[in-house]
Amino acid sequence: MSQASEAVIDRDIDRHNMQVSSTDVAIEIINMNKWFGDFHVLRDINLRVMSGERIVIAGPSGSGKSTLIRCINRLEEHQKGQLIVQGTELTSDLKRVDEVRREVGMVFQHFNLFPHLTILQNLTLAPIWVRGVPKAQAEEMAMMYLERVKIPEQAQKFPGQLSGGQQQRVAIARSLCMSPKIMLFDEPTSALDPEMVKEVLEVMISLAESGMTMICVTHEMGFARQVANRVIFMDQGQIIEQNEPEAFFSNPQHERTKLFLSQILH
Amino acid sequence: MSETAYVRTEMVPSLPAPSRSSGFVAWLRKNLFASVGDTLLTLVGAAFLIWAIPPLYSFFIGNAVPPGGTVEQCRVESVGACWAYIAARVNFFIYGFYPISEYWRPNTVFALGALLLIPLLWPRIPFKRLNALLFFVVFPVVVYVLLNGGMFGLRPVPTEQWGGLLVTLIISLVGIICSIPLGILLALGRQSKLPIIKTLCVLFIELWRAVPLITVLFMASIMLPLFMPQGMTVDKLLRALVGVTLFSSAYMAEVIRGGLQAIGRGQYEAGASLGLNYWQRMGFIVLPQALKHVIPGIVNNFISLFKDTSLVSIVGIFDLLNTIQAATADINWAAPTQAVTGYVFAAAVYWVFCFSMSRYSLYMERRLNTGHKR
Ligand SMILES: Nc1ncnc2c1ncn2[C@@H]1O[C@H](COP(=O)(O)OP(=O)(O)O)[C@@H](O)[C@H]1O
Ligand SMILES: [Mg+2]
Repeated sequence: MSQASEAVIDRDIDRHNMQVSSTDVAIEIINMNKWFGDFHVLRDINLRVMSGERIVIAGPSGSGKSTLIRCINRLEEHQKGQLIVQGTELTSDLKRVDEVRREVGMVFQHFNLFPHLTILQNLTLAPIWVRGVPKAQAEEMAMMYLERVKIPEQAQKFPGQLSGGQQQRVAIARSLCMSPKIMLFDEPTSALDPEMVKEVLEVMISLAESGMTMICVTHEMGFARQVANRVIFMDQGQIIEQNEPEAFFSNPQHERTKLFLSQILH
Repeated sequence: MSETAYVRTEMVPSLPAPSRSSGFVAWLRKNLFASVGDTLLTLVGAAFLIWAIPPLYSFFIGNAVPPGGTVEQCRVESVGACWAYIAARVNFFIYGFYPISEYWRPNTVFALGALLLIPLLWPRIPFKRLNALLFFVVFPVVVYVLLNGGMFGLRPVPTEQWGGLLVTLIISLVGIICSIPLGILLALGRQSKLPIIKTLCVLFIELWRAVPLITVLFMASIMLPLFMPQGMTVDKLLRALVGVTLFSSAYMAEVIRGGLQAIGRGQYEAGASLGLNYWQRMGFIVLPQALKHVIPGIVNNFISLFKDTSLVSIVGIFDLLNTIQAATADINWAAPTQAVTGYVFAAAVYWVFCFSMSRYSLYMERRLNTGHKR
């Protein structure tokens, strides 16, 4: 793994807030299937995520990791099975979709900041128009989150003027401004130069410490070891194996998992 | 320090560059005579100017009859442009058949329009929202009431009497202002996932784009009344307005669609994942970026719309070109260069408006491009 993610391991982690509630189900996926045309991309996915749980999804490229988490806020539509997020079942009912999206934040590989808006406007747009927060209050909250991701001084700049790592931290702050209950990360560090990976992972770790429910697609195995309650391995649209990080890395059960780990851990 | 023998304490003033690397001669050499080819082109260009400028000068200025001149002066042999004729008939070119006693009404409209439009186009002036409300909502009502009359003790002036530049500006402004939102809706509709909306938009766009504007105007003025119930008429100017607007909105839709395609899927998805609904995503994220990409195309449409308004003359509306055309039959000013002067004047007026639009769009592009380039 990259040096950056190894370095993160040095840090002492505050496990205090990281207890998982055993009663509140955040996400329930039952027998979910999805096709792109004829291509069966997700097969019989079953997954239950508890509130406060932090899950890392790993697997080879094209195994359906992105598609799975994109189904959770319905950027992709599943065709069979059930998907219940925060007690709301996702169907073609647009009102429910919007309801779920308000509660689920998402961070993309390529940041997807709005290039024509300042950083502050990027952060306040959704709170103002979706939550109806007054502008002054939204800006105050935005500044608070910018401080949390350690770039308050960039508030008036445009995304194009920031480094990749800074942009990704802004993207995380932008999602947090909606006070989501669940955060989804789709390879948040894989478009970054190595020296910027660490600053983003640190923000994600502090988010984990605050008790956020997180699902992260990532190849940062250092991060997985340190923060995840559970690592899920996917291949060819199926969940092949899942386990606590220690067991997952030291004692993988399936051949495909072993092969994948041997490739990714050198 | 000790080994430093001498340090100069005052700066040496910078001298002008040697004359071979700057100054007039160097400029000439660099820009006009850099190579054999360049020199040749320069000479050809100079010859062309020497050939073209003197006759143009004598036609437009040297032998021309200035404003205030008489018809007799314009009838002299080998006379230049008859500006006196333009000056004498300029009211007709601006107002058409609008009653002379009521000229203050179009004048008020012109003044009010300029007063509202200039601050709207000038980025640094505040109160844009109020300004836009006044210009797009209040102003059209005021224009209609003022020009049409029949209310508040204003003498009614039917639209048949409106004419000249007044009508040209009305048609082009209405066309420009209405075709943008219509074009946006059509472009969005064409991308819609709902098959009915998509099909309707595609049909509309392809239908209007495939028909010449003249045909549209003819149909609106000749066919439409046939389908209307007996005794019911739709104002001729209104029909032209609707025809021009729908026609140009189809073109606008295609330009805007080009802009929409330049916006990556990630922008839509980021908006969606934040809980913004369809119209918020479009309004705050996609359209501001998409429209910015296609400003040149949009303004190009504006310019051709402005010039295309001259086609309304064939359905009997007296726009700027048509009044000028009609005035050439004025025997009081019959003179060898009467018609030519009129058309040159028309060309000049169209050019001023179109050139201003073009310059303004360049200025806007440059302004919007600073700061947040990807
Ligand atoms: N919109 C789409 N249409 C068709 N096929 C797709 C689409 N998105 C992804 N796929 C295919 O689905 C498979 C899984 O993709 P993805 O979920 O992005 O994998 P991962 O994130 O694990 O690399 C890939 O084979 C990909 O080519
Ligand atoms: Mg992926």
